[in-house]
Amino acid sequence: MARLVFLGRLEDLAGTAGLVCPLPGPTALADLLAGLPTALAEALRGPRVRLALNGMVVEAQGLVLADGDELAFLPPVSGG
Amino acid sequence: MVREVRLVQQRFDPAVEMAAFAAAHPEAGGLVTFLGQVRLGDGVEALELKHYGPLTLPGMEALAATVLGRWALDGLLILHRSGVMEPGEPIVLVAAASRHRRDAFAAADFAMDHLKSDSWFWKRERVGGEWRWIEPREQDHADLARWG
Repeated sequence: MARLVFLGRLEDLAGTAGLVCPLPGPTALADLLAGLPTALAEALRGPRVRLALNGMVVEAQGLVLADGDELAFLPPVSGG
Repeated sequence: MVREVRLVQQRFDPAVEMAAFAAAHPEAGGLVTFLGQVRLGDGVEALELKHYGPLTLPGMEALAATVLGRWALDGLLILHRSGVMEPGEPIVLVAAASRHRRDAFAAADFAMDHLKSDSWFWKRERVGGEWRWIEPREQDHADLARWG
């Protein structure tokens, strides 16, 4: 299983702050996204969405998820 | 050197925080503090800041380290809220203490620019009962770019 976390407006779009996805084995991000609703998958692939795998910022290119991973989708930030 | 970085879920009292910071730095000739609060107006009923545990506080700590590497400070405080706030409520407090004021002004300015548009927070406001997400303005990116 992998846990997906949605921040900011992505949480609204997903309708939840997080999803647990069963993984048959190590799974490419592209394959994982293909199993999600189209509109959500498209937003998650957006060019301004950054990713953090287990608390470390990573690139989407070539990303493979393993059992127990937490992947967060991070839209543009705004603090202060 | 006192470095204090806090992410808080409950309302804080900026006057209490500022007084404690000043008292902790009798050696500093200059203290600069910036307080950001929820603006009253434009029909805004509430502001919510969300954070992501694995990134937000570590990112604030890294920002503090960068500030301290760049300016000669006696102390630095970065205090940021998460959660739902009402108009008038404090959101962020940055305080810098230094022997001379210029370093403290610049350090607080730098820290704020990075908290606004380069830290792991997501902000939304409620207007007329509807929540809407707020993304950084062009001005925020321009402010950040000043530091190179």
